[in-house]
Amino acid sequence: MNWTWFHRLASPPHFYRIAGQLLPWFAIPAALLLLAGIYGGLVLAPPDYQQGDAYRIIYIHAPSAWLSLLCYTVMATAAFVGLVWRIKLAHAVAAATAPIGASFTALALATGSLWGRPMWGTWWEWDARLTSELILLFLYLGYMALRSAFDDLTRADRASALLAVVGVVNVPIIHFSVYWWNSLHQGTTVFKAQPSIPPSMLLPLLMCLLGSTLLYGALLCVRVRAEVLERERQASWLAGLVK
Amino acid sequence: MNGAGASVVSPGQAALVLISRELRLAWRRWGQSLHPVAFFLMVTTLFPLALSPESAQLRSVAAGVVWVGALLSSLLALETLFRADLDDGTLEQVVLSGQPLAALMLAKTLAHWLVSGLPLVAATPVALGALAVPAVAFGPIMLGILLGTGVLSFLGGIGAALTLGTRRGSVLLSLLILPMAMPVLIFGARAADLAVRGEPAGGGLLLLTAMLVLTVTLAPLATAAAVRICLE
Amino acid sequence: MTEPARGLEALHLHLWRGDRHVLKGLSFSVGPGELVHVRGPNGVGKTSLLRTLAGFLYPEEGEVRWCGQPIGADRDGYAAALAYLGHDNGLKGDLSARENLRYALGLRHAVDPAAVTATLERLGVGAVADLPARSLSAGQRRRVALARVALARASLWLLDEPFTNLDAAGSAAGAELLLEHAAGGGMALLTAHGELEAIHRPRRLELA
Repeated sequence: MNWTWFHRLASPPHFYRIAGQLLPWFAIPAALLLLAGIYGGLVLAPPDYQQGDAYRIIYIHAPSAWLSLLCYTVMATAAFVGLVWRIKLAHAVAAATAPIGASFTALALATGSLWGRPMWGTWWEWDARLTSELILLFLYLGYMALRSAFDDLTRADRASALLAVVGVVNVPIIHFSVYWWNSLHQGTTVFKAQPSIPPSMLLPLLMCLLGSTLLYGALLCVRVRAEVLERERQASWLAGLVK
Repeated sequence: MNGAGASVVSPGQAALVLISRELRLAWRRWGQSLHPVAFFLMVTTLFPLALSPESAQLRSVAAGVVWVGALLSSLLALETLFRADLDDGTLEQVVLSGQPLAALMLAKTLAHWLVSGLPLVAATPVALGALAVPAVAFGPIMLGILLGTGVLSFLGGIGAALTLGTRRGSVLLSLLILPMAMPVLIFGARAADLAVRGEPAGGGLLLLTAMLVLTVTLAPLATAAAVRICLE
Repeated sequence: MTEPARGLEALHLHLWRGDRHVLKGLSFSVGPGELVHVRGPNGVGKTSLLRTLAGFLYPEEGEVRWCGQPIGADRDGYAAALAYLGHDNGLKGDLSARENLRYALGLRHAVDPAAVTATLERLGVGAVADLPARSLSAGQRRRVALARVALARASLWLLDEPFTNLDAAGSAAGAELLLEHAAGGGMALLTAHGELEAIHRPRRLELA
């Protein structure tokens, strides 16, 4: 297998250029899909027979939750690559992803809480999914806190990368234990799988999921380019670019 | 050329040497080992003061209180795991000893567990008594705390190594380890609660044992990697 | 080709510390019996070089080789063949000098108590060998640290300012150990300020 493309990608100048070229290919479809999906979900889809209009927040909640997990996976994978193969760009990707993932996790928690309000009457219930998301948020915050605690960038990169890898091993265990704990205490579950979802509800949801994934891709391009600029600020290729 | 000379020591023997050193050092400063225990007892007695002295209510929260207290005390004890070694240059020597670093990290964390975990287990009956828990429950709960502090020592070792040399390392350490300690807390407190009610807690204890085995096997590898990162 | 294959080689080492380019394509080799004095102004990277050779720091480019093999290939084997003395002495304050050596050396090989006593006496700290290390003076602690290096049964010694805090007698004793080590086929790299009179004409490695 020819790995040249991988090594070229790991080179900051090449990545900078490629990310810049990919950006519109992520951003424009993301915008279109999200607009269509949200319009379809908020306006066109019929009200749920059980929850009325309250369920519509799923069009924001589900993509946020999905992204919170995707971002952590990407972050941990990039961290692993950076640790083992000592590729600094991988650490830049992990560093760029963390705040995005943390934001989406917070959004998932907020929308989850909003969703629960009409049904539970309170702003928070120890629902298994939400508790699991909360712990995921703590993992993100821990990663970002560790990163900012070091003055030396290499130490920050490698220490937080190890933390991300250790965290990703823990995530399934945490998830399982929280669900088990919740089942003991007969927690309320809002997120029961529906037996059959009509296409008018499903299609906007899928558009939102895909659109938000592309949005993440676009944000990643922008943020990693910024990271590259900061890390390589003394490199000669950058001077050429500025001219 | 001397180098790999005669009578080279095996990793197991080196691990024993390291444990022996740690225990001797802890013995010379045995007062310091008791700080987490004092903290544990104070924290658990805060709850009757804050809630009410009524036995039934105390008993209903006893399992959770004792476990949260043990968790917080373990975190406190973890601060000292590597800091002194880094400051006096001993950590570098351990890394350069020519022995597999993971084996030595296992030894160090094991010694730490013996020094900080065992006193906590010994103090648990005192806390349980203060929370109106019947004496028959003491055995299973103490076993749970023993296993739980083990998992926390090994998990915490990773965090302690990662936060070496940072400012405010102790708070950061707690931030990093608490999310990963939640499964231990959930299962341990559940087992303790069952014991308080007089129901068999064997299942939860087995699960804790499984977690301990998993952590003892994997955590030293991560701790060794973290120590090397810290020395870069 | 036995000479280079039995020693330490640095090939085109490039090292960055943050934004600073500390080692710029450094290459050299050290063979058995050689003592190398690494010289240069403050902050030029002498400590970073020693730490890279010891395996703590990872060069961005280039390689360090021991007996022909890259040091990353058998990290533990390389560590067993070297003894490192950094700015810190590597001593536990609550343990006596004798206990410190027993534990530090005990991680590497079976310890001979008679050899420990003899070396401590040679370095002039035999009388205080059983006092807690924190009650020793800085110079005495440094001597104990030198004893550890001498007793480590290592071919390669990496010493960062080994004679700090030592008086003339201590430096002389330390230099004697170095010369014996080299005479026995060992090698050493050390950093030190100023000249090393006690060691006759060591090879010099200048870091610009």
